[in-house]
Amino acid sequence: MTLLSATALNASLGSRKVLHDVSLSLEAGHLVALVGPNGAGKTTLLRALAGLIPSDGEIRIGGDALASLALRERAKRFAYLPQGHMVHWPLPAREIVALGRYPHGATDPARLSQKDIEAVLRAMQAVDVTEFSDRRVTELSGGERSRVALARVLAVEAPVILADEPTASLDPRHQIDVMQKLRNVADTGVLVVVVTHDLGLAARFADHVLVLSEGRLAAQGAPAEALSESVLASVFRVSAYRAEFQREAVIVPWADV
Amino acid sequence: MSVQDFALAAEVAARRRWGATAALLALVVLLVLLSLGIGPVRLSPPAVIEALFGGGSDVAQVIVREIRLPRTILAFAIGGILGLSGAALQGLLRNPLASPSLFGAPQSAAFGAVLVIALGLADVRSYALPVVAIIAAFGSVFALLAIAGRNAGLLILILAGLAISSFAGAATALVMNLSSNPFVVLEIAFWLLGSLEDRSFQHVVLVLPFIIAGAAILLSQANAFRALTLGEEAAQSLGVDVGRLRLLVITGVALGVGGAVAVTGTIGFIGLVAPHLMRPLIGHDPARLLVPSALTGSALLLAADIAVRIIPSTSDIKVGVLTSIIGVPFFLYLIMRERRALGGGVA
Repeated sequence: MTLLSATALNASLGSRKVLHDVSLSLEAGHLVALVGPNGAGKTTLLRALAGLIPSDGEIRIGGDALASLALRERAKRFAYLPQGHMVHWPLPAREIVALGRYPHGATDPARLSQKDIEAVLRAMQAVDVTEFSDRRVTELSGGERSRVALARVLAVEAPVILADEPTASLDPRHQIDVMQKLRNVADTGVLVVVVTHDLGLAARFADHVLVLSEGRLAAQGAPAEALSESVLASVFRVSAYRAEFQREAVIVPWADV
Repeated sequence: MSVQDFALAAEVAARRRWGATAALLALVVLLVLLSLGIGPVRLSPPAVIEALFGGGSDVAQVIVREIRLPRTILAFAIGGILGLSGAALQGLLRNPLASPSLFGAPQSAAFGAVLVIALGLADVRSYALPVVAIIAAFGSVFALLAIAGRNAGLLILILAGLAISSFAGAATALVMNLSSNPFVVLEIAFWLLGSLEDRSFQHVVLVLPFIIAGAAILLSQANAFRALTLGEEAAQSLGVDVGRLRLLVITGVALGVGGAVAVTGTIGFIGLVAPHLMRPLIGHDPARLLVPSALTGSALLLAADIAVRIIPSTSDIKVGVLTSIIGVPFFLYLIMRERRALGGGVA
């Protein structure tokens, strides 16, 4: 069932046109990997889908036109995780996660309703951060902080999660851990869109891959098709080692072509 | 962790914050009583309270209610709005070095006011003075944020603020330079130093509406500052209209600072210092810092205004001079502490 769709999406940053006629249709319960070389427009596409930047073309979310939704209503439908897990003030982890309830009117973490607290706890348990609930986020390690950021996004309990490079700057174990947790979330019926540079993670965890090249969708589909040899050669200019391990697809970019 | 544990953790933290805020409020009340009691004629706090409510001698009543009360109200209100403006700007920019005086807002407001005085456009006690000062303050903060752009680092903000305050200072100097009346120039020079002396209820009436409006605007945005902890993009994705928020904060700061400058001249650094004093007690949540920072600002200005009355000196020390003399070393200390962030360049 289509949850999020875009038709003929165009977007510009300043005078530079970044997205050209992107059309896509994504389903609830899928983990979608958005891949592409640096500067392909991945972050711009993610922002446009969430309505954070203006774009031409139509975006529909759960049957409604995005343009017709107020800011607060958009905030309930899209949980957006920006790059870098930035936190500007050293607040305790639980208050950061509680910000996920902001779109639901719970703007003060000191005065949450029972329902909001339950949502926050569910989110913290899902990514295993309850143990450092009272620690300041600035004192956490990179891996821990990325999980707190993820918990904040989960606490929104939105039907769509858009995550911009959630695995960047994490060690291999935490990369796998974050992807596995997003996979679990998708399995509960949420549409999860993940920007990543790691083709291996994309091939292994995603149901659907979008390949963006110079602002256009160069390929999309199941990982095996979208990350085919010819796509990797034309878009990424690499060849890849391919295999299957423990019944999952393995892609390791190997040499330039 | 259960729902009860979670609620309890939040409640314990809240109780500690309330304790600190209540202590602060008591301090402000004490300083108000001292401010009403100290001067050429010293009155004890009980005598002050008596005179305030219409008891005691006629002389004591006149001293407390007509001479010292306006001055005390102004110190309370102006200190408060300066502390609040500092906390709000730090919240908006997620930056502990943000403050109205570092951004040139009071200097620009002073330029606006000086222009009005020098050109003889209006009486010193007319509404034209605060209105022009507010417009100038608005222009300066707006220009600063426009120059700095989104997600500006410390370096850009401080350099742009330096440029704007230098420019406002130069423009003020030019107005004084071109003024043909030496008495006007002298008066402006003293007024620029910032003082609460000889202020009447007319001044209070003149400035209070602007300060109240500015404070109301800034306080109404408290929760948006909290969401901004995650950065502008994430805040927007949570439903905060960041563009509107910026405009509201600029307006609130300009109303408060512009109004304040119009009746007292420039009083700097309270906006920078107040939130820092509160962070160890209240925590770093920018929303919860607003009210305690305002109270701290009030306490600081009341204390400074009491100090200039009791420091023995041959001529009057202006309160604006005192706040800067104390504020600038504090600013240097903050720079030292933030050295790593600053050394990291524009990031």
